[in-house]
Amino acid sequence: MTTLEADRLATTIGIKPSRRRGVPRRRPGRAGLTGYLFVSGYTLFLIAFGIVPTGYAIYLAFTNDRGQFTGLGQFIKVVQDYRFAPAFFNIFVYLVMWLVLVIVVTVVVAVILRARMRPGLAAAFRFVYYIPGALAGVASVLVWLFMLDPAVSPASGLLRAMGLESFAAVLAPANLPVILVLIAFWTGAGGWIVVMYGALNNIPDEVLEAARMDGAGPWKAAWHIQIPMIRKWIVYMAILAFAAGTQLFVEPQLLQTASLGRVSSTWSPNQLAYVYAFQYGDFNGAAAISLFLLALGLIVAAILVSRSGLFKVDDE
Amino acid sequence: MTSSTLAQRRPTDGRRASRFASTLIVVVILALLVVFFVLPVIWLLLAPTKTAGELISQFPLSFGSFDQVGAAWQHLTAFQDGVIFVWLKNSAIYSAGSLVLTLATSVPAGYALALTRFRGRKSLLTITLVVMIMPSAALVLPTFLELNLFGLIGTVWSIILPFSFYPFGVYLVYIYFSTSLPRDLLSAARIDGCNEWQVFWSIALPLAKPVVGLIAFFSFVNNWNNFFLPYLVLPNSDQFPIQVGLNQLLSSTPSFNPVAGKGLNITSPELALAIIIAILPVLILFLFSQRALVSGMLAGATKE
Repeated sequence: MTTLEADRLATTIGIKPSRRRGVPRRRPGRAGLTGYLFVSGYTLFLIAFGIVPTGYAIYLAFTNDRGQFTGLGQFIKVVQDYRFAPAFFNIFVYLVMWLVLVIVVTVVVAVILRARMRPGLAAAFRFVYYIPGALAGVASVLVWLFMLDPAVSPASGLLRAMGLESFAAVLAPANLPVILVLIAFWTGAGGWIVVMYGALNNIPDEVLEAARMDGAGPWKAAWHIQIPMIRKWIVYMAILAFAAGTQLFVEPQLLQTASLGRVSSTWSPNQLAYVYAFQYGDFNGAAAISLFLLALGLIVAAILVSRSGLFKVDDE
Repeated sequence: MTSSTLAQRRPTDGRRASRFASTLIVVVILALLVVFFVLPVIWLLLAPTKTAGELISQFPLSFGSFDQVGAAWQHLTAFQDGVIFVWLKNSAIYSAGSLVLTLATSVPAGYALALTRFRGRKSLLTITLVVMIMPSAALVLPTFLELNLFGLIGTVWSIILPFSFYPFGVYLVYIYFSTSLPRDLLSAARIDGCNEWQVFWSIALPLAKPVVGLIAFFSFVNNWNNFFLPYLVLPNSDQFPIQVGLNQLLSSTPSFNPVAGKGLNITSPELALAIIIAILPVLILFLFSQRALVSGMLAGATKE
């Protein structure tokens, strides 16, 4: 795809908006009613699967199985569970590695592809990096179970060089964060490279031209001009990557199966909530864990959003 | 002028050495990433051509034979009397059903949020944004309980309805309409006597094709790959979508589960074949929408 084409496509889909001001004043009654009709279906879904579950989770977390108010009792109970701290520590380690890796690599690769390549070649690279995105979820974990098994892996030489002679050795619990980062990176990074490339593409050429005139090389221009200009995108990526990271469930669950139980079945907080709910029938405790996750996600998102001005709900 | 896109075509002598080093770094980075991203895919595509034994004994990237693919196919389809087809059918029903509901609700909603004014509009928009960045898996358990309350557990609706709630789609449509649809056009249509529904249906909607396609893509792929909710709400194997089915296949594969796997013909090649079949619809979608995606994924965050 040529730059020109990309620009055109970007415009079609609304990347470079010319904000039109001055909404024609409508008779409020009619337009208002239409508005309500148009949002009604979505609003029902929002209530049913956004607001009610949140409210229900809050209710459950503050009561016991007989519906009696227990204050912070459920929260204290789950925090004191010996598996609570390790589960949150596990995803903390995972998140730090995952966020650093995905942010650094996607931005660096996007800068390289933007500055160093003919657009056609850059498009080919982006597509190749993007392909594993089709294997998200269970499929990606299964593929990596094979990749990490020295007996069948095409990278068995590398695994053996690292002293990992058997599948069991690879799946040692201590290696889990690295394995999960690998899987997440493999399926997710390509999509973000595409996004970052598109963001860089939106920077007007004159800006970079000016930087060149001032004697900035490509790396300098990237560091001082391009990266600051796509900061919003990086924040957006960080929020979504963080949210996805806190929710780990299927990946550690499958690795637990494949490791024949040597990996803990409560590796991530979501798994712990699952065990509470379906092994103990303790939905109140499970809800308390869910609320911890929810609060964590929202706090981090709120900090990032307010710091960056992303998602400004603008009005008139 | 130092090394840059322009300078690459007209290199100056003094800079050659450093440019060579920096080009070398770039090439190495890009090539390593290509290997990292592509090697597992190639391995996966070749795996069903070999027997489980050959997978271990032969070179990992060698090609076995087409006969072996046929054998793997037969073993796989024999698993629980061809349950894999049922799983695929289920996935198709769940994904397509919620896709229809997603489009039917999110496109009008995004349109109304962007182009009409009504009380509560701003709060609806804010709530949408908050829900969008909420870690959704945290809501899966309460959603399960809610579905249970309404007696929907184990039915098709327990999957389709929650999947149809897609705030990201509403946000995309909102961005699209509020930034790139000329309002004058809508006013003109109204003056010409179109009612609000006609304005939406015959003016706005045809112009929104790119964003509708984008939501359709994301919604379908997300739903196809979703695991947690179906894993919780569907008790029976014949209701599983393919993702949950893959999980069951994994627990039936001797190399990963020696106890449960005995007596079954599900080994590594069969598992690899099942993965390929499971991702095929999404992979095909990827190939066809590649161009649109490159620009489309961006629309999610631009707000100028």
